[in-house]
Amino acid sequence: MQDIGRRSRRFDALDKARGTEQFATDIYPPDMLWAGALRAGVPHGIIRRIETARAEKVEGVVAVLTRKDVPGTNRQGFVYWDMPVLCGTRVRHAGDAVALVLAESRRALAEALRAIEMEIEPLPVVDTLDAALADDAPNIHGLDTGNVLKAATIAKGDAEAGLAECDVVVEETFYTPAQEHAFIETENGVARIDDDGTLHMTVSTQAPFRDRFEIGRALGLDPSRIHVTGPYLGGGFGGKDGATVQCLLALAAMHAKGRPVKMWWNREESMLAGYKRHAARMRFTAGAKRDGTLHAVRCELDYDTGAYAHLGVEIMALGMEHSGGPYRLPHLEAKGRCVYTNNPVAGAFRGFGVAQVSFAFEGMMDRLAHALGMDPLKFRLRNAITRGERNCAGVTMTTSTGMEECLLRLRDHPHWKSREAWRADAPPFTRRAVGVAAVFNGMGYGRGLADYAVAKVRLTGSGRIRVYNGVSDMGQGNASTFVQMAGEILCQPESVMELVQPDTDRTHPSGSAAAGRTTYTYGKALIKACETLRDKLFNRAALMLFVDDGSGFAMIPGGVRHLPTGRDLPLAALAAMMHPDDRISMAEHLMPVTPEPVRGGEAFTLGFPHLLFPYAAHLARIEVDELTGRVAVLDYVAFTDGGRVLNPQNFEQQVHGSVAQGLGYALTEDVLTEAGVLRSTDLCTYVIPTSLDLPDIESHAVETIEHTGPFGMKGIGEVGLNGPLPAVASALYSAGLPMTRAPFTFGRVLAALEDDQPGTGSEAAS
Amino acid sequence: MIVFTLNGIGQRLDVDPTLRALDVLREHCGLTGPKEGCGTGECGACAIWMDGVTRLSCLTLAGQLHGRAVTTIEGLADSWDENEATDTTDQPPLHPVQTALAERGGVQCGYCTPGMTMVAAELLRREPNPDRAAIREAVSGNLCRCTGYHKIVDSIEDAAETMRKKR
Ligand code: FES
Ligand code: FES
Repeated sequence: MQDIGRRSRRFDALDKARGTEQFATDIYPPDMLWAGALRAGVPHGIIRRIETARAEKVEGVVAVLTRKDVPGTNRQGFVYWDMPVLCGTRVRHAGDAVALVLAESRRALAEALRAIEMEIEPLPVVDTLDAALADDAPNIHGLDTGNVLKAATIAKGDAEAGLAECDVVVEETFYTPAQEHAFIETENGVARIDDDGTLHMTVSTQAPFRDRFEIGRALGLDPSRIHVTGPYLGGGFGGKDGATVQCLLALAAMHAKGRPVKMWWNREESMLAGYKRHAARMRFTAGAKRDGTLHAVRCELDYDTGAYAHLGVEIMALGMEHSGGPYRLPHLEAKGRCVYTNNPVAGAFRGFGVAQVSFAFEGMMDRLAHALGMDPLKFRLRNAITRGERNCAGVTMTTSTGMEECLLRLRDHPHWKSREAWRADAPPFTRRAVGVAAVFNGMGYGRGLADYAVAKVRLTGSGRIRVYNGVSDMGQGNASTFVQMAGEILCQPESVMELVQPDTDRTHPSGSAAAGRTTYTYGKALIKACETLRDKLFNRAALMLFVDDGSGFAMIPGGVRHLPTGRDLPLAALAAMMHPDDRISMAEHLMPVTPEPVRGGEAFTLGFPHLLFPYAAHLARIEVDELTGRVAVLDYVAFTDGGRVLNPQNFEQQVHGSVAQGLGYALTEDVLTEAGVLRSTDLCTYVIPTSLDLPDIESHAVETIEHTGPFGMKGIGEVGLNGPLPAVASALYSAGLPMTRAPFTFGRVLAALEDDQPGTGSEAAS
Repeated sequence: MIVFTLNGIGQRLDVDPTLRALDVLREHCGLTGPKEGCGTGECGACAIWMDGVTRLSCLTLAGQLHGRAVTTIEGLADSWDENEATDTTDQPPLHPVQTALAERGGVQCGYCTPGMTMVAAELLRREPNPDRAAIREAVSGNLCRCTGYHKIVDSIEDAAETMRKKR
């Protein structure tokens, strides 16, 4: 029995270990065609000519499509509809699709793509925030606001006056790079239009239900005639939230005369056309009182959303909401700008706008602690937010708030206690340091967008329990947790459980796999559905056993038991007596939001602010090679408040994975572009951590109870990503190496080593 | 005609020998266990064994399979002589590395898992008693974006122990 709270094997693990789990990439329908897009290759320009005649003549080519073949709006997006399926005249980044080819084989496809002639008249390239914000910048989308997609200011207290009251004030500007999701399964799917005109698509997606509307709007199709199936993903992390292959694939299917079509971006195309984490520039001023009270923060955050909006505004909003850190901060003013450039498109990525500001606010905490002559952990502890207080954006924390406890636990960790001795023990030409970071991450969609799920569970005719999962599992393990939850309530072992993965015909709209909401929202709905089913089974059992009502029954593995008489009824026997419709139970859940207004928050119609937050305190022990500038993370410890832990194994998996991505973000990962053209086009030039680059990661749960959550849990998929960059930066800072630009490459660290005058920073943490 | 054994069964394939072995296995032989994560030798997701030695099938041509004994994740369990019925009821047997990855949380999205498993199983055949550093070294050509590797290393350590006990 996989009881809640017990460390247990994931439901999906065996099939994946066997290699038999069928991902979208593993589907090769008979008689299928291959589809592929021609990418602009030019970051900004006007298409003067596209000549497809030669490509059409390539043997095995079925169709070559351009803008004129796209019905509908030709616009992708789900908050802002600004991204063409196929560009007609204007090209806004090098990964823009300008033509689509259908062919019998991959080779014919590749040859045809090469044979398309294209002339693009280049326009000046807007490749930096400054270039985009300049008065004479080319206007990428023709907005009245220039290249500023959205500017907003939120405030709490009076930052100006607050800063004037401070005893110490520090200022700094921080920069974070674009980050690649680098899921191992690149974007892909298969699609077919059946005889009735219904589009069937199986795709690696985090949002199968919403995809229907995005495809429908872009291509003028009726969303109710679009059927999307979302099998397990080979990684997502935000990068498969919003159309990747979907609209192109649907367009291809529309020209395939009923044949199935497969589209599978190779790694280079994934890097070129796939979404990234927003690069950001963050100007911060922060002040504290002599007694160690954090008092005021003022910041300006600029997010580079690349050529298209995707969720850029919502991402910026989260950055602003978190910009004062997980602290009780009386005064905050956060200005945000979400800016178009000709860089690759930025979108959702685990840590959604917060990963960036975590570097900045924690960098300010280190600098303030130093200016105050205070221990950086003590300074954080002193200001950590607790329940009942307003957070930095002004929202009262009525929900579980474990920030302080995470920091207290970290304070007692041997790596923290022994930091001085460990540092003093550094080998020659090596600096050692220990850094800490306190982070949080809003959970759920936030206000303005219903965070909603519909769960369905069925007793099958053969007496098994089938859960109909409506939210994609991109690897985080929510599907397994759903089985565990249903098993817990219905008291059934894994062997009795079945699982249906998201399918717009069979499961129900439950939102996207995003925002740390996946297990929370669907889980709450599922608990209700299972309880209803259980009660129904008791009532039917009462009928069968001629007892007055359903009280006195209990679920037992494989059946129900009438406790007063000791009589058991197998589930299969109950199922046989029930109508198929009666064996189904459904329930829904809507995540609560805060009714509390944030000053300036009305600028955001959706996704702001949040009520629920997981918290984490991280520690990194690092060594810096003074000769090469190499930073090695030798030990890593994470304390995480995710409410109650439902399966410790899965909990640790989430922490490990997010920390690993965060360490990549801190140390090596950088989407390199030159005048808007991608330079890191493969996994050699875009370096994600290998097994040799990461330490063992110690994960500790700091269990609070989140009363609004299923079995007391809250989602921790994202918060762990926010810690590593600031924790490593904090260690570097205490080693006399203040860093303001991530990642901390050899070159940047060497430059910092050169700048380091004895006595300027190395005693910061002592 | 390419003649080889695949997971112990003889194959005669009439395919273009310049196709990638990975595509031939996946599209012609129906074995989609080997995955493509990069196509250029950087990720290890496509790892198979040829005559018991790990090869990246994305960098191998179909013609190079000729005359070889090829093992993919689908045939790994059978390649392990000591195999016996495992506790997974009516399910087919597993190699200890597969069992350990599943039990110890070494599997998240699972997309790197087949390649990782092949490499780890080869390591344990060569070196029954690797320490964590040796395990990390062995799988350093297999990228995993989900796990941070910690639990993969735990799993392989576990599998090594299981295999030592059964020897
Ligand atoms: S697909 Fe072969 S190494 Fe990546
Ligand atoms: S488990 Fe997802 S890539 Fe390894």
